[in-house]
Amino acid sequence: MRKVQSLADLQSLRDEFRAEFCPADVKKVQVKIAMATCGIAAGAKQVMNHMVEKSKELGLDIDFTQAGCMGYCYAEPTLEVSVPGRESVVFGYVDETRADEILTKYIQNNELVEGIIPVNYETTD
Amino acid sequence: MENMITLTIDDRQVTVPKGTTILKAARSIGIEIPTLCHYELKGQGVENRPGSCRVCVVEVEGKSNLAASCATNVSEGMVVRTNSLRVIMARRTVVDLMLSDHPADCLICPQSGNCELQKLANDLGLRDITYSGEQSKNKVEISPAIIRDENKCIMCRRCETVCNSLQTVGALTAVNRGFGAVVSTSFRMNLEDTSCVMCGQCVQACPVGALSEVNNTRQVMSAIANPRKKVIVQTAPAVRVALGEEFGMEPGSRVTGKMVTALKKMGFDYVFDTDFAADLTIMEEGTEMLDRIARFMKGDKSVKLPIMTSCCPGWVNFFETNYPDMLDIPSTAKSPMQMFGAIAKNYWAEKMGIKREDLVVVSIMPCVAKKYECQRDEFKVDGNPDVDYSLTTRELADMVKLLGVKFEDLPDSDFDKPLGESTGAAVIFGATGGVIEAATRTAYEIFTKKELGKVEFTELRGLEGVREATVDFDGTPIHIGIAHGLGNARKLLDKVRAGEAQFHAIEIMACPGGCVGGAGQPYHHGDFSKVEKRLQAIYEEDREKPIRKSHENPYIQQLYKEFLGEPCGEKAHHLLHTHYFDKSEKKFGI
Amino acid sequence: MATYNKHILVCGGSCCTSGNSAQIADNFKSTLAEKNLSNDVQVIQTGCFGLCDQGPVVKIMPDNTIYTHVKPNDVRRIVEEHIEGGKKVEDLLYVNPITGERVEDNKEPNKFHKKQIRIALRNCGVIDPENIKDYIAHDGYMALAKCLTEYTPEQVIEVVSASGLSGRGGAGFPTGKKWASSARAKADQKYVVCNADEGDPGAFMDRSILEGDPNSVLEAMAICGYAIGADKGLIYIRAEYPLAIERLKIAISQAEEMGLLGDNIMNSGFNFHIELRYGAGAFVCGEATALIHSMEGKRGEPTFKPPRTSEKGYNLKPTNVNNVETYANVPIIITKGAEWFSSIGTANSKGTKVFALAGKVNNVGLIEVPMGTTLREIIYEIGGGIKDNKKFKAVQTGGPSGGCLTERHLDIPIDYKSLTQAGSMMGSGGMVIMDESSCMVSIAKFYLDFTVPESCGKCTPCRIGNKRLYEMLDKITKGNGTMEDLEHLRNLSVVIKDTALCGLGQSSPNPILSTLDNFWDEYVEHVQDKKCRAGACKDLVQYEINPAVCVGCTACSRNCPVEAIKGELKKPHQIDNSICIKCGTCITKCKFNAIRIK
Repeated sequence: MRKVQSLADLQSLRDEFRAEFCPADVKKVQVKIAMATCGIAAGAKQVMNHMVEKSKELGLDIDFTQAGCMGYCYAEPTLEVSVPGRESVVFGYVDETRADEILTKYIQNNELVEGIIPVNYETTD
Repeated sequence: MENMITLTIDDRQVTVPKGTTILKAARSIGIEIPTLCHYELKGQGVENRPGSCRVCVVEVEGKSNLAASCATNVSEGMVVRTNSLRVIMARRTVVDLMLSDHPADCLICPQSGNCELQKLANDLGLRDITYSGEQSKNKVEISPAIIRDENKCIMCRRCETVCNSLQTVGALTAVNRGFGAVVSTSFRMNLEDTSCVMCGQCVQACPVGALSEVNNTRQVMSAIANPRKKVIVQTAPAVRVALGEEFGMEPGSRVTGKMVTALKKMGFDYVFDTDFAADLTIMEEGTEMLDRIARFMKGDKSVKLPIMTSCCPGWVNFFETNYPDMLDIPSTAKSPMQMFGAIAKNYWAEKMGIKREDLVVVSIMPCVAKKYECQRDEFKVDGNPDVDYSLTTRELADMVKLLGVKFEDLPDSDFDKPLGESTGAAVIFGATGGVIEAATRTAYEIFTKKELGKVEFTELRGLEGVREATVDFDGTPIHIGIAHGLGNARKLLDKVRAGEAQFHAIEIMACPGGCVGGAGQPYHHGDFSKVEKRLQAIYEEDREKPIRKSHENPYIQQLYKEFLGEPCGEKAHHLLHTHYFDKSEKKFGI
Repeated sequence: MATYNKHILVCGGSCCTSGNSAQIADNFKSTLAEKNLSNDVQVIQTGCFGLCDQGPVVKIMPDNTIYTHVKPNDVRRIVEEHIEGGKKVEDLLYVNPITGERVEDNKEPNKFHKKQIRIALRNCGVIDPENIKDYIAHDGYMALAKCLTEYTPEQVIEVVSASGLSGRGGAGFPTGKKWASSARAKADQKYVVCNADEGDPGAFMDRSILEGDPNSVLEAMAICGYAIGADKGLIYIRAEYPLAIERLKIAISQAEEMGLLGDNIMNSGFNFHIELRYGAGAFVCGEATALIHSMEGKRGEPTFKPPRTSEKGYNLKPTNVNNVETYANVPIIITKGAEWFSSIGTANSKGTKVFALAGKVNNVGLIEVPMGTTLREIIYEIGGGIKDNKKFKAVQTGGPSGGCLTERHLDIPIDYKSLTQAGSMMGSGGMVIMDESSCMVSIAKFYLDFTVPESCGKCTPCRIGNKRLYEMLDKITKGNGTMEDLEHLRNLSVVIKDTALCGLGQSSPNPILSTLDNFWDEYVEHVQDKKCRAGACKDLVQYEINPAVCVGCTACSRNCPVEAIKGELKKPHQIDNSICIKCGTCITKCKFNAIRIK
């Protein structure tokens, strides 16, 4: 990685990374998994590995990323799914069975599955 | 006045320099605030004020909590109350809590009568313990010189501060947390296995009975009571200027004659003086010093300078532990106490026709480390030590109290001959700089073959922690270094080790002020002015001595003629010199 | 194969469930089936919407319509008017609490019912904490760049001061004032320290930030370094946080690689290096002076102030110590401005506070609310109310230094001042909710049990006093307390607070004082009636089998570990309380609810 030289340099890098990490129009399905200690302890890593495998089997092109704590301790493991054209949805209590449902029902068929957590906070951006 | 602060304490105005604590400001106008953890050796750069005992709390207007007066600096316009009901109740509660976790065996506690906690409880009128509960169960350890009873520790940290800051020995530290917190050694090892040098300054600093010296009074009395034993006693120079304090006399009172009378009343067969051996030490150490300087000046590469004094057992332990690479630098001369023992059990016993095993040599020392020194294997013959028991000044006072006499009214007596005769040079061994001054008096005359005009070398005196002086040996400048307190010794030694300082000779005493401030002396409870007064008394004693140079002591001259031969000769070397050991592994507690 | 074009989300949170939301969902399904819409519209139960006081709640997607106070017989209207007719059911629409208007489309801004604003946690759960590019994509390091290029150090401190940000570690000392003090101190070397020694039982705000957004803390420390004139930062983190440590290490190396930390950052001439220091997990090392002693390799115990750490800190050099959450607020304050930040919160406490919401609420979690939010909003709206429909009893804030507040405190807007006035404190953000099954004497004892061994043991009141407090509480919970003990408990608590050396001891009696104040009757009951109403004090309760209910299935007697239960098959059993150890096994094994505690 090259060193940032100035404020302007940082701004251009930001724009470049934005296109990569949070583009205005999402073209690809994105799954973010809450992987703080508590999420991992509740099984988030296994769920992520499972989903990666399963999505390959199903031929789904999905971006998986890890993120920090989403705050829903009572419902770990939690993950957020963003499908192009739809509002992103947070699912809680995700085990391997529910992960399969999320892939086959929600992502493939726009059919909601149990465990939706309505986002109850506003994030400053 | 920019640097002065005016505040109000108990409705009285007081103006003090900026940076003064409330405690000191109050004391400056005679308002006494009780303290416990606070401990200051004025002028020695040591102040323990962790602000942890919370006994000295006071009310400061505008502050929500009570403030520890020892740790809170004054500020302009501050309004302080030292005796409001809130303060008194808090103070009583704090001491109540301490008592609730403190053994109540005051009757037989070594600190009984001297205990600051006992006094505090009494002053605060505590007659029962409100908050009683579980008591700590910690280690009790008896080392060769020091007894540690952790159950009595009140975590004032005074011992820790003197051990670490004053002495830089680093044997004591707080361990554990919460209710289990206590001052101990690392890994709770026995003192002997740590870097402890047995200097005993922790004992001197401890306000309660958590640290005390090993008490040998019972053994000494048993020996005196035993008709088969001849029991003789020697007294160190610093004892005679401090013992009186135990009987309510002013610090610095010289009680040599009364002390001798009391010792005789106790039943010692002979009362001798360690000062005699101090003169002997000067003969040996002075000769060794001159020899080394002379050879060094001739370019003899096998000779190392500076030569360092070796009469202080705490100091010997310290360099054996911390400077194993410099073991060839200190003088090989034994300490006066051990020289006395060696002469008593060889020369004198033979002369008197007493069998070695029937002779008991007792020493009265201002020192705790001497208890350890007299037990060192190299000072024993077939397991029989040259000095059997070493008592502190405090233990001697305890024994005198048994006589039921009014100490200050005792008549004076003289030491017995021949081992009781001494010079002024020997007396000043009790003060920092005294040993090197005594050595200089003799070395000068031997080196220059001229008589000294003025015997007092005031440039070697004082209470500065590290002192340097150059003495003119008739055209030859002799550089002398002096340190007292092991922290100061370390500073000086580190310079020497690094080659930053060039000295011909160095005197080191482990305790602040030298032996007058020894750990075995009456408790000064942090009042260092008492030590200063003892120091003055030492020099007075010297001035009044008819002979003030060791080599002029006729009994010393007779001893060499009759028995020893030459100073540093073969016999002298065998009886009066020792060797040192690398004890650096103790530094790491391995 | 279904191809849904609409989703009906029925809140399945426990409040709404108790409002019969399951019936509502069933009604939707049957009504849709009846109208042959099952393949077009999906009905799904969700987690809590956080609109508990307005439940049951139903949301129609993708229309973003929220209906509140929905009853099972409203379902048909919603299906017919909204799903079929495309017209919203006016009288059920969610009401904007500020404007009083009914809201048809709750998509954006959908803020009204959201009690939480994430500022410190803004990137947690959003970005990949192990990829600095993601942080930069979210404006990361822009604040530092702005400071280095547009602000003088004085101006940075001005912004932080004007924002009203104060220490989130508990005491609430104004951050700008602290920075200014370190900036004023003259020295050849200064330090910026991040206190990541989060020690309150049950608190994990700082860990979550470090695990979710480590770069924000690094960036803030660099900003602080620029402001006070320090080129070295140290993060004191407990070794029990391996993931946070790992992510911090990754973040530091990536930031160094990109020249955002290190020498001559962005060609500004400003150097800043950050290192980690590990703590062994002593609670007292969260105290700034103790923390510094620990970093210096000394015994971790506090020393009296002054001098403050801003004047004499690490290696006796001026050192600014802030905690993780405080730092996490800094970058966004710089980018969005002091005014924006100070517009959030109350008159004397600005911004938000992160809490670890725990205990007997339905939605335990990590929450971030604006200062001024009430405890009621937190417990009932964000927390989803008390578990198992039990009755709320108390809320503990401030960890071992805080106190227990009751029903009458629920509507106090939370800030530093109000919580202290109520007898508790903000603390670092632990919040434990208790219901009627919590014994308040035991709660006080629990916190003292924590404080006693966590005291450093330096000062007398904390070392011995807390132990005595614990012993008295223990005595009371065992039924051996006297009324005199209650008096002693209060008196000693007051003296410990008044005389202890550091914040730990000055606040450790708070759990006792607040419970004595608010639950005096419960203490008296323990002492005089030898009774624990919560049934939590083993020595004060007896287990009893109700003979009218017991069927004699023997499940209890077979499972009792000490054979305290006797009885013949199919006949009511009895418990011998002289043998019973009150382990509770029988209660869990009994299928008939026949065993009770009295």
